[in-house]
Amino acid sequence: MSETRTGAQIMCEALIREGVEVMFGIPGGAIMPFYYAMWEYRDKLRHVLCRHEQGAGHAAEGYARATGRIGVCIGTSGPGGTNLVTPIADAMMDSTPLLAICGQVGSHVLGKDAFQETDITGITMPITKHNYLVKDVNDLAYVFREAIYIATTGRPGPVLIDITKDAMQKSTVPNWDQKLNLPGYKPTYAPNRKQVREAVKLLLSAQKPLIIAGNGVIMSGATEELRQFAETLRIPVITTLHGIGSFPESHPLSLGMPGMHGWVHCNRAIQECDVLFNIGGRFDDRVTGKASTFAPNAKVIHVDIDPSEIGKNVKVTVPIVGDARLTLLALLEELPEREALAELHSHASDWLEHIRDLQEKHQGKQQYVNRANTAQWALPPHDVYEKLNRTLAARGNYRVVTDVGQHQMWAAQLIDWNAGPRTHITSGGAGTMGFAVPASLGVAIAHPNDTIWAIVGDGGFQMTNQEMATIKQEGIKNIKIAVINNGYLGMVRQWQELFENKRYSGTPLSGPDFAKLAEAYGWKGLTVEHADQVQEAIDEAHATDGPVLIDFRVEREVNVFPMVPQNKSIAEMIITEADA
Amino acid sequence: MKTHTIVLLVQDRPGVLSRVAGLVRRRGYNIQSLAVGHSEQPGVSRMTIVVESEDVEQVVKQLYRLIEVIKVSDVTDDPIVEREMVVLKLNAPTASRHEIVSMCGVFDAKIVDVGASTMIVEMTGAPAKVENFIEVVRPYGIRELMRTGRIAMVRGARGQFATEYVEHAGPNGVPVPTTK
Repeated sequence: MSETRTGAQIMCEALIREGVEVMFGIPGGAIMPFYYAMWEYRDKLRHVLCRHEQGAGHAAEGYARATGRIGVCIGTSGPGGTNLVTPIADAMMDSTPLLAICGQVGSHVLGKDAFQETDITGITMPITKHNYLVKDVNDLAYVFREAIYIATTGRPGPVLIDITKDAMQKSTVPNWDQKLNLPGYKPTYAPNRKQVREAVKLLLSAQKPLIIAGNGVIMSGATEELRQFAETLRIPVITTLHGIGSFPESHPLSLGMPGMHGWVHCNRAIQECDVLFNIGGRFDDRVTGKASTFAPNAKVIHVDIDPSEIGKNVKVTVPIVGDARLTLLALLEELPEREALAELHSHASDWLEHIRDLQEKHQGKQQYVNRANTAQWALPPHDVYEKLNRTLAARGNYRVVTDVGQHQMWAAQLIDWNAGPRTHITSGGAGTMGFAVPASLGVAIAHPNDTIWAIVGDGGFQMTNQEMATIKQEGIKNIKIAVINNGYLGMVRQWQELFENKRYSGTPLSGPDFAKLAEAYGWKGLTVEHADQVQEAIDEAHATDGPVLIDFRVEREVNVFPMVPQNKSIAEMIITEADA
Repeated sequence: MKTHTIVLLVQDRPGVLSRVAGLVRRRGYNIQSLAVGHSEQPGVSRMTIVVESEDVEQVVKQLYRLIEVIKVSDVTDDPIVEREMVVLKLNAPTASRHEIVSMCGVFDAKIVDVGASTMIVEMTGAPAKVENFIEVVRPYGIRELMRTGRIAMVRGARGQFATEYVEHAGPNGVPVPTTK
């Protein structure tokens, strides 16, 4: 037990003790001692060599988001660390438990601008939940335990540990039993009962109640409790981009996604509701539009594990700090007998009917206009989603990873999200292009029996597609990439079209033949240029025992609607091309 | 914008000062002064920060997000004792020395160094009194001026006690705080 170990061995053992099984990284001078030690532990600790640290970071994020466990990424000092900055910032915005391990130059040259020295703890201070610079081998066992505890508890987030090379090389007898000393870190899980009763009182008084479900529901594993809660009160449920998967869209109470590219009936319902119950969402500006005009008639109940989110963007009537699942359980316990819910049920049923009328009125129009030009278009992007959606629903066992941009919004809108939590994985808060391909690697390792579809635009794909080599080298077969290739940075082009007189500055984009690129990486590559080839290509991808890329060369200038222009009220929607 | 006085208890770990300062800056609040030093409890430091903010509740909540921050109190509207220290190097030719000495007597300031043509004067008091003293001696010619940040303590038995966060003895017998 208490034998002498090198710092690097202690790092490996600390990770194994915390249940880590896989790490994504790239070695380099300062981190070499860790890689030397890793070899001894390779049966328990799998290392996946990525092609860029950004890829390693996103892969670890994909793994974390698909499992709820900590994702681990590794980079060396200097550029190794700075290349991890983007995924760390991404994990911070989307509350992903991520451990970034960086090598640092020897402590004797620290601060002397040594080769590959960068102050990575200074750089990542604002984008980590916490970070450490370890210079003493005796601190390693404790710091790893504390770091993983912080990353995975409360509101999860990224934690970085920067370790000097000599701290990894020196030896000591690790003390695994030191009590965690965190007087300032006590996350609140159990909600305050008085607040819970206030929330119940407010909900029972509602005539037009509405639930918004966010990422917190998924992270706390509260999907079943949310269903029970919504069904008991018969309140309709809106799911944010990161709330997708927390409530099945096939459920009669499900309304879909709100916000900038949300459905008209969702945004109208928010503007009309009188009680808004937000569980595990943070009222992001892409959800609220202009915050001062958001839900003007509503009293807001906001449940969040992070007190700083409550009242930050939207004024709250009943704040509840707590874990989403424990709060829903407490709410269910505090609900009155069934008879006392009769009045709420009757209001809720009229309200739902009203929202469904709105939906029928607008949804039909959206569908029609989105497809108005279909006849002239060889390959409307919507056809890809429609066929993929049907195929996935029929086959089951799938997860979808999306990148950032038009293709991401279409995926959120056009796929019927019924496969449960952690089946829709995307970069939300940070909006990190280049996320999908490496993230799908992490998701595929976490779920080897599922088919992982990475849907990505041609812009984001060209940022991190070198991880296709990693996927090949690791022998991963369950990844299929769908490139929604329109030859533009499409979302920016859409804004240029709608608000900047079609001044397509810096948005037209060329690329190599993606199918040939895939073949060069040892993948199967397919190209689809016509709507009638879509199904065949998707079927071939599924039938292939290996990674497949499909280059969908879609109609180039198609817009995502509906849309709320930035900084406008969500009441002011551009519903169709005609409104634009 | 309203000025707020916030008192914090923080774990005494490397980088905690830059975490607090960095957070306040990047959330868009302006720091007027910041004072930090040991508290009555080994391993725990106390900071007083004076910030300009419309929404001090957000500042407090954001500060709590820092792992090393144990306790945050906005004491602006509490009955408090506030103190600041100023050290001044004044032009003090023989002719004006006597006047300076008597002015120091009025303000309870101390003369801590006398040179051939200058004097160093130290004065401690409530921020307004310090301000007042500086203006009074300005006409003599201020060569150098140094001020500490403001520190604040709530009057009476009420307070923010670092020892309340101590539960057990840590390594080397040093008490370690464990509760919030």
